[in-house]
Formats: sequence, C-alpha cells, structure tokens
Amino acid sequence: MDVIVGGGIVGLSIAWRLARSGRPVTVADPAPASGASNAAAGMLAPVSEVTYTEAPLLRLGLAALRRWPSFAAELAVDAGLAGADALDFRTDGTLDVAFGADDLAALDELAAFMEKLDLPVERLTGRECRRLEPMLAPAVRGGLLAPGDAWVDPRRVTAALLAALDRLGVPLVRARVSELLRDDGKVTGVRLTPPDVQAPGVADGGVPREVRAERVILAAGAWSAALAGVPVRPVKGQILRLRSSQPLLGRCVRGTVHGSSVYLVPRGDGELVVGATQEELGFDTRVTAGGLYELLRDARELVPGVTELEVADVVAGLRPGTPDNLPAIGPSGAPGLTLATGHHRGGVLLAPLTTAILLGEEGELAALCSPERFRDIS
Amino acid sequence: MDDLIIAGEKFSSRLIMGTGGAPSLEVLDQALAASGTELTTVAMRRLDPEARGSVLDVLRRRDIRVLPNTAGCFTAGDAVLTARLAREALGTPWVKLEVIADERTLLPDPIETFDAAERLVADGFVVLPYIGDDPALARRLEQAGCAAVMPLGAPIGSGLGIRNPHNIELIVEAASVPVILDAGIGTASDAALAMELGCDAVLLATAVTRAQRPDLMAAAMRDAVAAGRLARQAGRIPRRRYAEASSPMTP
Repeated sequence: MDVIVGGGIVGLSIAWRLARSGRPVTVADPAPASGASNAAAGMLAPVSEVTYTEAPLLRLGLAALRRWPSFAAELAVDAGLAGADALDFRTDGTLDVAFGADDLAALDELAAFMEKLDLPVERLTGRECRRLEPMLAPAVRGGLLAPGDAWVDPRRVTAALLAALDRLGVPLVRARVSELLRDDGKVTGVRLTPPDVQAPGVADGGVPREVRAERVILAAGAWSAALAGVPVRPVKGQILRLRSSQPLLGRCVRGTVHGSSVYLVPRGDGELVVGATQEELGFDTRVTAGGLYELLRDARELVPGVTELEVADVVAGLRPGTPDNLPAIGPSGAPGLTLATGHHRGGVLLAPLTTAILLGEEGELAALCSPERFRDIS
Repeated sequence: MDDLIIAGEKFSSRLIMGTGGAPSLEVLDQALAASGTELTTVAMRRLDPEARGSVLDVLRRRDIRVLPNTAGCFTAGDAVLTARLAREALGTPWVKLEVIADERTLLPDPIETFDAAERLVADGFVVLPYIGDDPALARRLEQAGCAAVMPLGAPIGSGLGIRNPHNIELIVEAASVPVILDAGIGTASDAALAMELGCDAVLLATAVTRAQRPDLMAAAMRDAVAAGRLARQAGRIPRRRYAEASSPMTP
C-alpha cells in the first residue's frame, strides 16, 4: 500500500490516479484541500508566466498544460460531474497588459524573449486589448495575448478529487503526520498525531497512531521539509476573491502597474480572483492590510470596475518553494520514500504532470524534477 | 585591489549586492557567488529571520555578511522600528537606512532620512543612509555620525546610470567616510564610472537579478568595480581637444 502525506491538489491527484490504476492507497491530512490549493487562483498559464532563467519550468508547464484537458474530463467523470465545465476549466488564454512606457518596454522585451522560445503569443495595441476586454482601464498601452493558456477553479478540483476518492473507496485519515517511520534506513510508514483527545468532548475519531506502507509519498507542500530532508520553504501568498453578478472579464488578465504585478482570474459564476503577494515570512498565514492594499491598488489600475464588487474571501496560503523553483518529484534517496513536493507557484498546473511522472510516463521531464539535485543541500 | 573599510570592518570586495528581484534563490545564489560580494543588503520588512531556507540561509552558506535595510519605510518612525527589529533578529547594529518619499519614484526622503539617522546613531547603530545625490545632505549625515553615505546614481531599479556625475564627485571630494553609489546602475560601465568618480563601493541589485543571465552580469559588475577602482587609483590622463602622439612623429 502507498500512504500519501498531504491532501492538497498534488497529493489528492496522485491518490486518485494510483487508486484508479488499482493500487491501494491511503491519504493522510488533518484538513484536506485547505492549504495552498485553497488559496491558489488556478492559472494554467505556462506561457504568460515565462521569465528569464526559467526555461526548464516552462517545459514542465507546457507539458502539464497539454495534460489538463483529459485530466479534467476524466476527473469530472470519476467525481460524477457533468463535465470539465463543472471544474470551471477554461481555455480562453491570458492577456498580459502594460500601463506606463516602462511597463510597455518590459512587455516588448518579454515578447521578444517569447518569440525566441517559439511561444505562441500575439502582441496587441491598447485598443485591441480593450476590444477583447472592455472593462480594462483606458490607460492600457498594449498587451500580449497567450491564447493557449488556461485556468481552472482549484477549489472545485480538490472537491472533485475528494469525491472521486470517496467513490473509489480510498481511506482519508484526517490527522497530521508527525514523523516518518523508519526501519534500518527504510521508510516503512507514518506516525500520526491524533486530534487533541485531551480537550473535553473531542473523541480521537478512530485515528490510528501509525500507518504502515510499502511506499510513502510526501506531498505535504510547504510542510514537507519538517518530515524529510528536502529544501522546501513556505512562500506566502495573499489572495482575494471578489464577487459580481456578471463576469467582468472573459479571460485571465495580468498586468504590470508601475513595475508591480497583479493578476485577475474570472470564474463562470462571477467570482474574480485577485492575486497574489509573494512574501518570505515563514509559516505566517496572516492576511495583512498592506497585502490587500497592494492587490487592490494594482487591480483597480487594471480594471477600475473592481471597486464595485463584493469582497467574498481573503486568504493567505503557503507555496512550497525550492531553491530553483522546480518541484521535487520522484524517489527521495531513502528507500520507501517518494517525493512530490516543492511545486511553488505551479501546484495546480503541475498536478497532472506530477502524477504522470510518478507513474513513469514522463522520462525526460522526470529528470528535471529529480530530488537527486538536492542531495548535497539536504 | 585595496580593502574597503566601513566602520573599521574590512572588505576585499567593493561590490555590495542587493537581493531584490531574483527569480529564484538558486539564481540569486549563483549571482552572489559570481559577484564576489562580501556584504549584501536584505529588506527586513519582507523577511522572517527565523524562517529556514530563506535568502538569509543563502548568505550564511556563502559566508556573506548581511546588511539589513529599511526598504518600504515612509517615515523615520517606521525606519527606526525596522532597524531595531533587525538588530534584535540578526544581532548586527549595521543598517542601510532607506526612507522612501513616494512609491512612484522611490526617491529617498531627505528630512525623514536625516531624522532617522540621528536617532539611530544615538542608539548605537552603524548607519549607512541611502540619499539623493545631494552633497550638502551627505555632509550633514557624515557630521551626524553616519558610517558611510550612499548617494543614488538614478532611481531604484531604473538602470539609468549616474545622472549627475558632477554631484557624485562633489560628495566624494568632501567626504571622509566611504561613499557608496547606490541605485540606478544599469550595466557594467555604470559601475566602473562610479568607481572612477571616486566612490568607495557600489551597491546594486536589479541590474543583476533582472538581467537575462544574472550570473554573467554579476561577474561583469565584479570586474567593472575592480577596473574602475584601479583606474581611479592610476589617475586618468587629462582630456585634450587635439591628438597627442604617444610616440615621437619625427625621428
């Protein structure tokens, strides 16, 4: 049996794929789907996220994006949903817009870089941008359309994964893994911290103290470093969800406003996600005035109409960051322990690719993600 | 190259690095290594000093001294508070004092900066203030007890180079504490020029972290700073309107 530590989008996707292929699995997480997956906006945008020095991440992202349509369709079937639409999986592209002359120059440089990488993007004038997205501010000077980029609602995806696991009969242990069980260097299972049994009126919920496993798959996101020697650190992101009766935008819009960047992701039901800060503050998930101010200030520059919307949700999540921003997927070096962590800003995008790598379907890309590269750091 | 001495501490590199804008910790790590820097500034307001695997760990592994800064502060009060938190967390009295006037230009606020500098010096800090290219303010901050002055070449992140070399020369001429050119460097020749003008060191971040190849640009900056320093010490020839043959024209 495999035990999967972590019930975020990565851990749940792995559990679903393994269970579907007939492998017995158990998932352990004190609060599934409540961490980074709950905060994430769900942009599947490898092209518009491109930066210098990150060509390997682009390759992973493009491969992951190609896997998303079938992943979403199959998940919808297994979860008993009508179709991928029920996950708000949309493929209408990302529009990256610029305001001042400096932002425009940066956009042109990015466009040249993308052209060099043979990425399909379209350079648009300010007015062309506004024809596509009429709610954009008149001050928009120009944009880059990445027509192949997509997005999905991660909260619906994790809910569907939980439903699919339930239908497949996969046990979900709602407890924190306090440590890995080791026997002569080999990882043989996990030790669990039961819910606080000291508190009056709280039962231990029948949580076992230990689960033995042939293989432990560590998908604990930002919390992975505490359980295994993998250099993953929390990178805080504050994000807010606004709500309107009508969708304000037809596609993902991201922009640089005087050097600071923001993105807006529209949902079919009128929700508009505005994200996200990037802060190196350890395990801090406080939502701060400054964080929200920066997001709203920049979002309002992009789309002045956002100020009319209702604030539906504000949350801070912790991205699992690695030194090179690439995930750590594959055998850990310790027998019995496999890693599927360190997805940083790309957990939602990379989830289908992660499962494919673990199932041995991606040889060359698997090498890019091999935990081997951290051997001397950890 | 001769040593740089700030507040009695010796550094063999005259390039001080910032950490903002790097796409990943690994890219930053490689750039810092290539730069040869021994002193690197870190924004304390965006960092938990206790967190594992942060930029501070990168600096510790490379044995690079941390210079905490007060980036993001708009008042002397914020800056003093941030400096005190940094001293407590990192155990260093050194602080790069940065008090910004507005978000658009990120230009330093001279009045708040002076106010904070006075208070921090009185509190035992080693204060390195980021200022405009103003010789009068530089002199006043030195008199107030700052360990160095850090005039800008151009606004932070602009890469516009040194917009007023004359003022930088005036600051250098009058200063008896180190002058560190901070902000505005776009490429290697800007860094060399700063040193040729007589600055004691150069501080830069964006020019390296946002370059297409940060490690290469970091190496370029290391060499440019060294070359500029040597040129300054060597003494440049006077500029002439007409040619002067370097070897005799007639036998």
